[in-house]
Amino acid sequence: MSAVLPLRRFAWRQPSILPGFAPSLAITLIWLFVVVLLPLGVMLWFTAGLGWSGFFDVILRPRVLGDLFVSLWTAFAASFVNIFAGLLVAWVLVRYRFPGRRIADALVDLPFALPTAVAGIALSTLYAPQGWIGALFARLGIRIAFTPAGIVVAMIFISLPFIVRTVQPVIQDLEVEQEEAASLMGATPLQIFWRISLPAILPSLLTGFALAFARCLGEYGSIIFIAGNKPMVSEIVPLLIVAELDQFDYQGATAIGTLMLAVSFLLLLAINLLQAWVRKRHGG
Amino acid sequence: MAAKNILIAAALAFMTLFLVLPLIVVFSEALAAGVGTYFTALVDPNVAAAIGLTLLIAAIAVPSNLIFGIFASWCIAKFDFVGRNLLITLIDLPFSISPVIAGLLEVLLFGLNGLLGGWLSDHNIQIIFALPGMVLATIFVTFPFVAREVIPLAQEQGNDEEEAAVTLGANGLQIFFRISLPKLRWGLLYGVLLCNARAMGEFGAVSVVSGKIFGQTDTLSLAVESLYTSYEIQAAFAVASLLALLALVTLVLKAALEWRHRDELFATRRKKAA
Repeated sequence: MSAVLPLRRFAWRQPSILPGFAPSLAITLIWLFVVVLLPLGVMLWFTAGLGWSGFFDVILRPRVLGDLFVSLWTAFAASFVNIFAGLLVAWVLVRYRFPGRRIADALVDLPFALPTAVAGIALSTLYAPQGWIGALFARLGIRIAFTPAGIVVAMIFISLPFIVRTVQPVIQDLEVEQEEAASLMGATPLQIFWRISLPAILPSLLTGFALAFARCLGEYGSIIFIAGNKPMVSEIVPLLIVAELDQFDYQGATAIGTLMLAVSFLLLLAINLLQAWVRKRHGG
Repeated sequence: MAAKNILIAAALAFMTLFLVLPLIVVFSEALAAGVGTYFTALVDPNVAAAIGLTLLIAAIAVPSNLIFGIFASWCIAKFDFVGRNLLITLIDLPFSISPVIAGLLEVLLFGLNGLLGGWLSDHNIQIIFALPGMVLATIFVTFPFVAREVIPLAQEQGNDEEEAAVTLGANGLQIFFRISLPKLRWGLLYGVLLCNARAMGEFGAVSVVSGKIFGQTDTLSLAVESLYTSYEIQAAFAVASLLALLALVTLVLKAALEWRHRDELFATRRKKAA
């Protein structure tokens, strides 16, 4: 096997007989640049104009750090709840047949489809002390709306489909034969789930968690009505950006925006690494 | 069996609590003061203006993203070139950016103290706190919606038919309109559906760049906020019910598309199953 490798000049694209490559790529790149990259570049340029000291002056303000902490822990709590709730919903939708399953399946996407302001006032009304659910908790002396717990509730609503829709196809592709074999060898259903199904689902669950977490951090509309918006207690970072803009503090808003952007890119990187790791593990 | 029923009950209870109840509350609050009051709230001229503005923004943003999605899917799915995956990642970028930051970006570009602010005010062009800014913010937020539905689909479908057409002497436009577009039509419709729902319902990005004047620069979503914060709760929910109906119609159409055209929408799954 000593075939002579043809010496090929490096080509930045594979030859194709189809027409239209250059114009379609040019239009795509120009539109991408104008709509997405140019505005992002301008924000980074403004941030660079602040200098390190200007940037950290804003970032290290107690209110910014406090709000960042609120955003991070509420997003984590909501995504954590949805690991379990999302897995449960996805599992039930894939594995069981019951009346209304199709409707339930379609309904999972409601948080994608329902405008966030609508979700915001609905959740706020439900969980207010006089609301249907809020009243039940009020009797126990627990307040949900206008406290950090309200933020978590809104985030659970908004991020549920991310986990369900990431895990669902993986459950669909699980090979039932393995579970059946385990069952024949005397494994209990719980053992089967814990030892066979869950390890296969886990990577997608983590990806879903990261997607949900990212969405929760950036979410604005569904949260501001139910959050108390009390700085450092129940105020999220996106609201702080709006507050800075309302006071025409462009520098503050820019620095905080860049901070959030950095956090979302770290998350995006984590998601990509996670997916690469999963692909490698499954040899695909 | 018992475990199965417990799991189903638990899942449905969770979904009822977090998905169904919020939906019911919208309609029950909207109709709380009777059907008459409900319709009175909706025929308000300011609400009519908000409906018009919402439709106008969607009518600009959705086609622009549709056309972008078509061009992007052509160059990415039909050709193999260096940097293709980077391009896909960049197209998806707006998904991971907070809508509030999307609004902030437009302010930094076009606002009074923004990069182009001085030039724009010299020429009496207003973008921020006016329609153009709201349209741009909406386009930014909905940018990946059509493209990300269509690109994987076009990649799965392959180029065999298109290449056969070239050898038979068809030109680019003929190939696109007679072969590629029909192959992609349901995927495009699916993307447009999701894009439209987001464009009409967007709140965060639009609220940053809107002048927030009820009756002038308020979309339906912003009208919900204006009414709610001025304690016109019933009217706020009446407007919200329109948006909730839009969401329900979107979900029904989406489910119908997935059900009837599954093979043409999710080429990946069909291949895996085969």
